[in-house]
Amino acid sequence: MSVVDRQEWDVVVVGAGGAGLRAAIEARERGARTAVICKSLFGKAHTVMAEGGIAAAMANVNAHDNWQVHFRDTMRGGKFLNQWRMAELHAQEAPDRVWELETWGALFDRTKEGKISQRNFGGHEYPRLAHVGDRTGLELIRTLQQKIVSLQQEDHRETGDYESRLKVFQECTVTRVLKDGSRVSGVFAYERETGRFFVLEAPAVVIATGGIGKSFKVTSNSWEYTGDGHALALLAGAPLLNMEFVQFHPTGMVWPPSVKGILVTESVRGDGGVLRNSEGKRFMFDYVPDVFKEKYAESEEEGDRWYEDPDNNRRPPELLPRDEVARAINSEVKAGRGSPHGGVFLDVSTRMPAEVIRRRLPSMYHQFKELADVDITAEAMEVGPTCHYVMGGIAVDSDSAAARGVPGLFAAGEVAGGMHGSNRLGGNSLSDLLVFGRRAGWHAAEYATGLTGNRPPVDDGQVDTAAAEALRPFSAEGPAPGEDDGRPPENPYTLHQELQQTMNDLVGIIRREGEMEQALEKLADLRVRARRAGVEGHRQFNPGWHLALDLRNMLLVSECVARAALERTESRGGHTREDFPAMDRKWRNVNLLCRLTDPTGGLAATDPVRGQIDLTRESTEPIRSDLLALFDKEELVKYLAEEELYE
Amino acid sequence: MSSYEARFKVWRGDVTGGGLEDFAVEVNDGEVVLDIIHRLQATQAPDLAVRWNCKAGKCGSCSAEINGRPRLMCMTRMSVFTREETITVTPLRAFPVVRDLVTNVGFNYQKAREVPAFVPPADLGPGEYRMMQEDVDRSQEFRKCIECFLCQDTCHVVRDHEENKPAFAGPRFLMRVAELDMHPLDAAADTGLDRKKTAQDEHGLGYCNITKCCTEVCPEGIKITDNALIPLKERAVDRKYDPLVWLGSKIRRRSSAG
Amino acid sequence: MATGTEPHLNSGGVRTGTRAAIDAPHLRTDRWWLAPAATAAGLLAFIVYSTWRAFANADYYSAPYVSPFYSPCLAENCKNMPSGPNADLFGSWWAISPAIIILIFPLGFRLTCYYYRKAYYRGFWASPPACAVAEPHKKYTGETRFPLILQNIHRYFFYAAILVAGVLTYDTVLSFRDTEENWGHMGLGTVVFLVNITLIWAYTISCHSCRHIVGGKLKHFSKHPVRYKAWQFVGRLNARHMLLAWASLVSVALADFYVYLLASGAFDDPRFF
Repeated sequence: MSVVDRQEWDVVVVGAGGAGLRAAIEARERGARTAVICKSLFGKAHTVMAEGGIAAAMANVNAHDNWQVHFRDTMRGGKFLNQWRMAELHAQEAPDRVWELETWGALFDRTKEGKISQRNFGGHEYPRLAHVGDRTGLELIRTLQQKIVSLQQEDHRETGDYESRLKVFQECTVTRVLKDGSRVSGVFAYERETGRFFVLEAPAVVIATGGIGKSFKVTSNSWEYTGDGHALALLAGAPLLNMEFVQFHPTGMVWPPSVKGILVTESVRGDGGVLRNSEGKRFMFDYVPDVFKEKYAESEEEGDRWYEDPDNNRRPPELLPRDEVARAINSEVKAGRGSPHGGVFLDVSTRMPAEVIRRRLPSMYHQFKELADVDITAEAMEVGPTCHYVMGGIAVDSDSAAARGVPGLFAAGEVAGGMHGSNRLGGNSLSDLLVFGRRAGWHAAEYATGLTGNRPPVDDGQVDTAAAEALRPFSAEGPAPGEDDGRPPENPYTLHQELQQTMNDLVGIIRREGEMEQALEKLADLRVRARRAGVEGHRQFNPGWHLALDLRNMLLVSECVARAALERTESRGGHTREDFPAMDRKWRNVNLLCRLTDPTGGLAATDPVRGQIDLTRESTEPIRSDLLALFDKEELVKYLAEEELYE
Repeated sequence: MSSYEARFKVWRGDVTGGGLEDFAVEVNDGEVVLDIIHRLQATQAPDLAVRWNCKAGKCGSCSAEINGRPRLMCMTRMSVFTREETITVTPLRAFPVVRDLVTNVGFNYQKAREVPAFVPPADLGPGEYRMMQEDVDRSQEFRKCIECFLCQDTCHVVRDHEENKPAFAGPRFLMRVAELDMHPLDAAADTGLDRKKTAQDEHGLGYCNITKCCTEVCPEGIKITDNALIPLKERAVDRKYDPLVWLGSKIRRRSSAG
Repeated sequence: MATGTEPHLNSGGVRTGTRAAIDAPHLRTDRWWLAPAATAAGLLAFIVYSTWRAFANADYYSAPYVSPFYSPCLAENCKNMPSGPNADLFGSWWAISPAIIILIFPLGFRLTCYYYRKAYYRGFWASPPACAVAEPHKKYTGETRFPLILQNIHRYFFYAAILVAGVLTYDTVLSFRDTEENWGHMGLGTVVFLVNITLIWAYTISCHSCRHIVGGKLKHFSKHPVRYKAWQFVGRLNARHMLLAWASLVSVALADFYVYLLASGAFDDPRFF
């Protein structure tokens, strides 16, 4: 009999970043009593790290912009693997989502006419990113946070209780989505501060937990990015989509070692920064792929003119989509033309006056000044690729954000797959959070309120199992049945480091068949050892314990990435195979789906060949013809398979 | 690349008691205090509790007191200390301790709720907002705040006087009042809310004696005192201590009502 | 090993029972006491000097210079200063130094100035002595009650300070005379007065109240371009308010001391032309 505390809510949102908060606002405004659970303090989510801006075709700076152009850019960036309906909804709704933020108090940078200013960014045809200096993510999260507070103030006026309809459970971690048959019935969570378990009973759960970057060694992601939501969905029986696509942001800091991976915003390039190798050459001109040849400048002069006169010149190749730039940097470093600390040079100091740099890129100026002791107004930055974003994620319905196969489960933001195809454009992430966060909250609320009188009950057995699973690291000292006696428990920090090294080295930016097979074996080994991950001390704010629990999620997700990457024998977007270097049109309409091998909840699978994950292929739905008509035939030929073209 | 062994004293304990614990730990080139705390976790004290997130000075989670000064651990480079120095790390001392370096910062979330939110102008729909850059500059500076709560921690009004906590919002949330009062489209006045007045009457602006510690510790370099608190005090004076302004507004209200 | 695991003192402030059990009032290892000590010493020195000079009622005029402590001179017992800003507003009943009448205004301006408040709250009241250093007081109500609530009248002293600065400007103009009141002359004292009046104005204009009045109170700068420019200008000066506060404090004392040297005959004003 379980004695954990239980509460009833209509909608539970897991994650309090942009998508989670937007979902919570929507669900609450549509009348659902909504709880938000987040691992950090309220307002600290990884969304604060987003720098560049929110992509939305508002046409404030260039009147030619509209949703069709944005849709086109998004599909091109994703190499046509995007779930096209999502890309369409995203492009259509993003402007409304940005304008709505203003009514909640957001203060974007302005144009001369007093409208929201928009900046250029890689892969976007027109200046499109609404921004606030280079701290747009902070503005977004703060605005949503303050909107939530304002809703709570409303509830307080009406009910005398701030948290009667919308509550944030901060510093709590969800370890299991509970189910009643196939339906969602709630979540099992623990409070980090006390280690106390609790259950939120709710018919609808929105997963908005972000990404998986902490499985990689060099990453721009924070500790929270352990793939929790991906794993929760898998464990609840929902499939993950196209997990092989992991975006390596081309420009992360490479020195000093303690900040390796921290992001250098793309606006540095959007505002005129250029990439040079150790020979001082602007090497990006050598790396423009055929599909982009007509869109990018061929000479430095033309590229430079574009900043002033974008209508009559083509953009410089530094602004190619992120996957292209990351690969180019990787190649330069491999060819021995890298910078002293193994990156390349990103220079603004020779391109803009110091005053302009400090004004346009204030956080970058400070980041380098304070963390690396580099004055970016006087010298070039050293940058290199860093694991930044996962395009893959929970397979969802485009319109409702509902996870496939699990009624009551929804997903939005980075944790959801499909929207960005094989590669995400900068700026499309924040708009994705808002557009699909809202949709997830909307449909979750609708689903939950439609169930009146028929709420799925929470099964005590599942709660007990979840509690036992969460407590296992404390009793890890004893030998597991059938194992040798006296083996010491594993240190979760060591396991985590080994996992990161494995993923970074073997399933990183450039992938090879043999290495990925090796990675799967290593993952199997780590999985066995992780069962013995033990922790000292007690349950009160114990980071060793928290990490031991997160390891389960990282191992599951890493296996998905490795398995899918091994399967896809082509290079596309965020997935580059050395042994299959070209994009293959035959793969254009193929989705790879990961499911749990043993959905009964056991995690004993240790066979590296079989593992915990089953992989299946499916064909994507053909792109609607009016959307295809937005592209030139010559362009489509490069991406689409023959039979798709003659629909 | 050079590394050395540094001496650390880290406060460990919880609300029932605790003390400074000594550690000797490896330090490498270019590291920050948070790296060292992480190394302690990974090698010597796996259950050492610490909050952190972005490790780039953008989220404001890893606030602590280093050698007695409120700072972000991720933005305090080890190179600012000599190799001989013993570095003392304690939790924020203005808030109740939870465990080790983690404190209960609930005070701040409570105060955040007490500041009435932005009031959108009734006559403008989404997409119709027009604001000039010079009009949003001031509030934008305050919106750089990463809510690390170092200003709330260092402010002696509550740090040294627990009993003032109910009456005083603290620099962060007085700055929030200033931000909203300077927002070019905030329509609070139309709903009868006078932020200039409530700053003093409800959020305790009068407790601030402008000794500027909030500005000193702000990792974002926001001029909290000069640009937010003092202007807010002056705005409160407009409402409450300036007979000319007071009279003027009375007359104007009467004539516009008539 | 952990040290000091004994129960918390629970004596308030940073030693409140629920906070981390650290008994030291602070753990700062830098010389945090230097700034408040220097501030207190500087302010004390000025107080001692100015009290002596204000009550001395002597050696404050040496044609064509009048000490800024004694201008305008508003009592019958003032020295005769040709064309000076004098008036017999206070009759023969006013027996003490005429400086007292006027000094109340610059004194009030500086006493309620946002910078000086910080300086003396820290330096004299130790409230707080330095950041994150526990203050010794049991209770604290800040500027919510009498008498400190009167700090809110700073802007009236600012208006008065403008008038006083105007008078001192007039005195500076008068210093372009020689001892026989002929115009077009200059001495070292004229330079001292010029420097002083520049600093006085810079300090006065850089005042936070001034910044508020010229533009800070506006909601829409874009609708008041001239006041916006003025606000930006005052803002730039305001960023140096502390520096100007000290510089003008020193310069006004020096200007007075210069007049004292001349009037007491200890020094002769070098004349340039």
